Amino acid sequence: MKTWKCIVCGYTYDEAAGDPEHGIAPGTPWAVVPDDWACPDCGVAKGDFEMVEI
Amino acid sequence: MIAPIVIVGSGLAGVTLARELRKLDTAVPVVLIAADTADFYSKPMLSNGLASGKTPAQLVSAPREALAAQLGIEIRAGVTVDAIVPTARRIETSAGPVSYAQLVLALGAQPIRLPIDGDGAGEVLSVNTLADYARWRDRLLGARHVALLGAGLIGCEFANDLSAAGIGVDVYDIAPQPLGRLLPPGAAAAFRTALEGAGIAFHFGVGIARVERMGQGYRITDSSGSVRKADLVLSAVGLRPKTALAQGAGLRVGRGIGVDRLLATSAADIYALGDCAEVEGHLLPFVMPIMQQARALAKTLAGTPTAVHYPAMPVVVKTPACPTVVCPPPPGSVGEWREEACIDGVRAIFADRTGKTLGFALVGAIAAKERQTWARQVPPLLAA
Repeated sequence: MKTWKCIVCGYTYDEAAGDPEHGIAPGTPWAVVPDDWACPDCGVAKGDFEMVEI
Repeated sequence: MIAPIVIVGSGLAGVTLARELRKLDTAVPVVLIAADTADFYSKPMLSNGLASGKTPAQLVSAPREALAAQLGIEIRAGVTVDAIVPTARRIETSAGPVSYAQLVLALGAQPIRLPIDGDGAGEVLSVNTLADYARWRDRLLGARHVALLGAGLIGCEFANDLSAAGIGVDVYDIAPQPLGRLLPPGAAAAFRTALEGAGIAFHFGVGIARVERMGQGYRITDSSGSVRKADLVLSAVGLRPKTALAQGAGLRVGRGIGVDRLLATSAADIYALGDCAEVEGHLLPFVMPIMQQARALAKTLAGTPTAVHYPAMPVVVKTPACPTVVCPPPPGSVGEWREEACIDGVRAIFADRTGKTLGFALVGAIAAKERQTWARQVPPLLAA
């Protein structure tokens, strides 16, 4: 499981945790997160996230 | 030669616009003009980067050259714009005239400074840019105690960041509570208690009247006459949109540069977005509105006129001592706050007489998790 980070606000998307509040189940790999998903903290588009080294 | 789209300002608004535009049009020439270095950095982290040990360089996610290459745009850094000549579709800059097909003003805002007496008043810091942050981090070296003017959103984030980094902080605000009108009284009290629990000292109903140099630090006198010491003084009392350039060119200016929902100013082919723009009366210096604006304006510039729409846009207050989300009711809303205590905070809902939710404030980690549930019930600020 990987972690991705918002380039603007630093929010991290953890594949293990998902984003259940926005309909992304725990364990959802980044590649499967829909393209119209946006950072829940600041609204940055999925395409503008970066992968965090883990 | 085709005149380019010229964007003035390399903050989140200007760069996000360029990024969104390139998703739609890879060919149109884009020139971005910036007074600063034009390195792209995380703005929200300026007020919470200390405790996490972020150096100014670590907040930069794309240095200028990388950004220009990544977006396929030309960036002219260290260049100031002195005037706009709308009739000639030209701007006058410190590096000479530049013609534009369309001009976008993404100028940002400057920190409001309240009048303060004393020989140390000129050394009071404000932090609204990466360069400010570098200066702030520099001056903080060795500081044990900070006096902070302003208990609004940014002031409280700085206060929490300082206390989490082990630095003492006195926060002054003329208001009776933290976060001003974003919170009803019960929610504000819970928020205050949580931040006080993290070691932050609040002084409400008073401002900073005098700052005098004393040894390596300062002697602070508040407006009630109480005196305290601090190694550094930070002011965070809000932002004022940069409107002088637009005003000088005869554009319509209110509190910000006046734009319609296409983000068009009163002059042909001149647009504005971000913290400098007043969109149909709304001045919202937050990230989410900028994202909405950049996406709409990119479509417009790519040939499909697109009105910006604002869904309900909750704002996260980055205070780890008390995670909080606010979604204030639109100005002029008629209704009432209803507050309920949660295990670690307060859930406050603003509803009209028919029970329709118009805004909310969720204070504490447990309540803050309900953000999406409540955001779904709030009508859009500017409907699609």
